Amino acid sequence: MAQKPSQNFQQNSDVTIAGAGVAGLALAAALGHALKPNFRVTVCDAALSREPAADDRVSAIATGARRLLETLGVWQRLKGPVQPIREMVITDSRLDDVVRPVFLAFEKNEDPNEPIAHMVENRDLLVALRTSAQESGVVFEASAIEGFESGIESVEVLLANDTALNSRLLVAADGGRSKLRAQAGIKTVSWDYKQSGIVATIGHARDHEGRAEEHFLPAGPFAILPLAGKRSSIVWTESIEEAARLVALPPADFHTELERRFGLKLGEIEVLSKPKAFPLGFTIARKFAGDRLALIGDAAHVIHPIAGQGLNLGIRDVAALAECIADTARLGLDPGAPEALSRYERWRRFDTLGMSFATDGLNRLFSNNSGALKVLRDVGMGLVDRMPPLKEFFVKEAAGLTGEVPKLLRGEAL
Amino acid sequence: MASLDTKPQSTVDPEEVARFAAMADEWWDPRGKMRPLHKFNPVRLAYIRDHACGLFQRDPKSLDCMKGIRILDVGCGGGILSEPLARLGADVVGIDPAPENAATARVHAEKNGLNIDYRAATAEKLADDGEQFDIVLAMEVLEHVSDVGLFVRRCAEMVKPSGFMIAATLNRTVKSFALAIVGAEYVLRWLPVGTHDWRKFVTPDELEIAMKAAGLEVTDETGVIYNPLNDEWRKSDDMDVNYMLLAQKRFVVA
Repeated sequence: MAQKPSQNFQQNSDVTIAGAGVAGLALAAALGHALKPNFRVTVCDAALSREPAADDRVSAIATGARRLLETLGVWQRLKGPVQPIREMVITDSRLDDVVRPVFLAFEKNEDPNEPIAHMVENRDLLVALRTSAQESGVVFEASAIEGFESGIESVEVLLANDTALNSRLLVAADGGRSKLRAQAGIKTVSWDYKQSGIVATIGHARDHEGRAEEHFLPAGPFAILPLAGKRSSIVWTESIEEAARLVALPPADFHTELERRFGLKLGEIEVLSKPKAFPLGFTIARKFAGDRLALIGDAAHVIHPIAGQGLNLGIRDVAALAECIADTARLGLDPGAPEALSRYERWRRFDTLGMSFATDGLNRLFSNNSGALKVLRDVGMGLVDRMPPLKEFFVKEAAGLTGEVPKLLRGEAL
Repeated sequence: MASLDTKPQSTVDPEEVARFAAMADEWWDPRGKMRPLHKFNPVRLAYIRDHACGLFQRDPKSLDCMKGIRILDVGCGGGILSEPLARLGADVVGIDPAPENAATARVHAEKNGLNIDYRAATAEKLADDGEQFDIVLAMEVLEHVSDVGLFVRRCAEMVKPSGFMIAATLNRTVKSFALAIVGAEYVLRWLPVGTHDWRKFVTPDELEIAMKAAGLEVTDETGVIYNPLNDEWRKSDDMDVNYMLLAQKRFVVA
């Protein structure tokens, strides 16, 4: 902002972001694009000293998140393959049922020509986000944040490399075990599902034609997400013990277990990556903001990856916070003052709680073998399918389009 | 040091001045006594910015959209309105009859590296000196002056031919008595009891008449209402309690 340096309050960054993951970088790029050249944004993360690691992780980018990425020019920059999900099939079935009934098929977006989501490799996303952020004038500090002290008018941020940054606002985008959140004394609420998600990449003989499937098996959801080429990514829910046993099986035995669930609709299957099991939990911060501090992404919430909503929720945080900061700065006001932060918090908490409880509820409802519950969910899903407004609501919610939607999620520039 | 202007021709009410001077140090705590004003700030700043950008053809998204626009903030208090305008690039003169307020505002602006010309002075004084501004702001001050007609006339003298004046104040209605006096002062305790004297509130009609008499033409008006659900103020058609008026210099054909 148009401030002249003074000895008392010399600010060398308007907004400082801890963490160069998807949420942190997307916020930096959004602010850089909207407010350049008179607004200083710094991203701090030791990981910025090297290229993003090549791992197998992929994410399902929902429509809202994609629009934000397109608006920031990130989407156009993705180097690797992008697989659209054109259709989504959800079924509830016992393992030994001969026919799997289809209760809900999310094949339509609000625009029928738009895919429901796109599968993108995380690494490609990070590379594109870094470029976009830097192009918009964002400063990278390849160093972790050691600590911070919030004052009435600014926050003093100390980096591991001894740099001190005086900022209006500090943003914690430092992940599920956020150091900044802990330092601010913001407590979390957690649920433990006593379940793990087994993640693996599967090759198959036939084309998936862009179809995602989610089967609610007795042990929990089993999701198949289409990847570019004749490949799919699976998220397979089991109890923690069973998941540990399964991933330790000899490949031939694992293959057999997988085939019982994956089926042979897509022809012969092949396990392309070493299966890994991740314990499933749900953590939400009691507050999304503190004194001159805002939490985004996994620092604010880690949800069950049942519908690939973790990254999308993080992007929705980004869109809301970026709009709060831009609106405030454009009035000449202080983006780290309580007013701006409470707007962000109000905006995001309802959505996050709604989504968390929705996925939590879905998982609990479906991870149960009781006959009564099965009847209930059959009836429930059937009802949803027969009532277009409700179905539309679920489709939109899955696409991240309900509530007062931040501009970036609607594909509008800030 | 400037002294209080207590000449008979003045529109300043000394009792009012003393009351705000006592509150001077608390101006800048967003959770403190001035919280209501901090909460009110975004809606009035947006109104000023958007009209200024419309009239002077600026991009309201640019962080220096008010660059070079000369603004007078009458009754600037601790500078809660002056500072954001200066941060957007405006050349701001902030005046307050209470020297403590001008001093508080000056210290704070300097700490933040903002260049604002704060003076312990009255609008009459600046008008006497022949000062001219693109925008003259009388935000939440009309309800504290003793002679609204005279005050508006002196403010209007300082508006450049291409410029405008914005006034924000409280309407004199049963509703405003219930909300602004009973509600804000006695029930919610947003403001100290006695901050406002309902009898001094000005109706939009009275203000428009005063503006016309001063050679200004009201070209925009809006109500401002509080939304308790999201704890925010926003523009509204309802002008029964808080409202803002924008008046441009009337084009005089000789």
